[in-house]
Amino acid sequence: MTEAMQLLIGTRKGAWIFRSDAARARWRIEGPLFLGQIINHFRVDPRDGRTMLMAATTGHLGPTILRSTDGGKSWTEAKRPPAFPKGDKLGRAVNHSFWLEPGHADEPGVWWAGTSPPGLFRSADGGESWESVAGLNEHPMVAEWLPPDGGTPDGAILNQVVLDPRDARHIYLATCSAGVLESLDQGGSWTPLNKNVRCDFLPDPYPEFGQDSHFIALAPADPDRLWQQNHCGIYRLDRPGEVWDRVGEAMPKEVGDIGFTVVPHVRDRESAYVFPMDGTEVWPRVSPGGRPAVYRTRDGGASWERKDSGFPAQQGWFTVKRQAFCGDACDPMGLYLGTTGGEVWMSDDEGESFRQVAAHLPEIYSVTAAPAP
Amino acid sequence: MIRVLIPSQLTAYTDGVTRVPAAGATVDEVLKDLDARFPGIRFRVVDEQDRVRRHMRIFVGLEETRAVSRPLSDGDELLIFGALSGG
Repeated sequence: MTEAMQLLIGTRKGAWIFRSDAARARWRIEGPLFLGQIINHFRVDPRDGRTMLMAATTGHLGPTILRSTDGGKSWTEAKRPPAFPKGDKLGRAVNHSFWLEPGHADEPGVWWAGTSPPGLFRSADGGESWESVAGLNEHPMVAEWLPPDGGTPDGAILNQVVLDPRDARHIYLATCSAGVLESLDQGGSWTPLNKNVRCDFLPDPYPEFGQDSHFIALAPADPDRLWQQNHCGIYRLDRPGEVWDRVGEAMPKEVGDIGFTVVPHVRDRESAYVFPMDGTEVWPRVSPGGRPAVYRTRDGGASWERKDSGFPAQQGWFTVKRQAFCGDACDPMGLYLGTTGGEVWMSDDEGESFRQVAAHLPEIYSVTAAPAP
Repeated sequence: MIRVLIPSQLTAYTDGVTRVPAAGATVDEVLKDLDARFPGIRFRVVDEQDRVRRHMRIFVGLEETRAVSRPLSDGDELLIFGALSGG
């Protein structure tokens, strides 16, 4: 069954909210919100359905967190945004918050943030004030794991905070320079989780850390199943195992298995979706061959099928960034993606077909889907 | 009293006002005085290590400073600008 959805869209020039009817057929657009602000991530708290946070900055100004507690009707600024301690021995200062994660269901009001340069921050008051998580930010290995000047062209990033829905103490991080890190004590201590994940840009192609983990996701139907879209391929890991399997080897060779993100199916642990990009030569990071497509596996990554109905058949040079591909919990599951060309596309039939919902937005950084209030 | 010029990027904090008086014997004290009245404004100009942000510029009269410890005298004018190119 389907229900009215809202898409929270963060762009390089502000934010928009798209709200649908119950069939997800028609969409009403609200915005722009904070026109001109760089919105890296825009989330709603699933625990109350009303609290919304945006990770905001501008070209000139320092970063902040924008908060709404009434579903986006009114907004205020966090009293104390994420910031490293004064006198930080690495001299770090938050350039921007990149990832916002509502905390565990058992911890109302808790949020997590990942920043650039890489840092982990926690709020216990719904995003109003943030504390540096010393267990990571002061870790003895932090300069090696998360060098502030390392990483991607847009700066070194703590890409993602992922929580185990069964255990508030169990946290995964996806990072641009230490791959995946895991904590079993809610951020007090961390261990790399990168066995068999390739680094084709380092002398040792399978180091303990050094990987660029673009995105990880726990299968909602089985949180022991992790999917990873890495800089060097698509991987799967079934816990308590520790050795990743490069399931992207089964992708068509002419497409490859490079991309920014992966979306597990909401009910089927064997199914997941990726949006491949061209990772050859100088890394164009656009749809291979100018033919955009989602690829879907229904067998845990053993095989992948191309799903491109509705997308341009040629000259479609889409780039879909880390936070700009997501699904909903409806049946059939909806899929949503935003492009750096300002287009929003959706599927209401689990990837069998896609249609354009919007065009002409600024460069899209994030798309998240949640039930509409 | 220090006269402060607020750039357009920050007038959302000052309710649109571009010139405000402030008190303080250093740039930092003036920014903290502003922050007490316009919460959040300082962090968007100066980072947590007290560095003026890359694309912000602060002048005392005609003289640019990157040091928030720069002393000020009563009657000085503190000018804050946003300086960014590109799209």
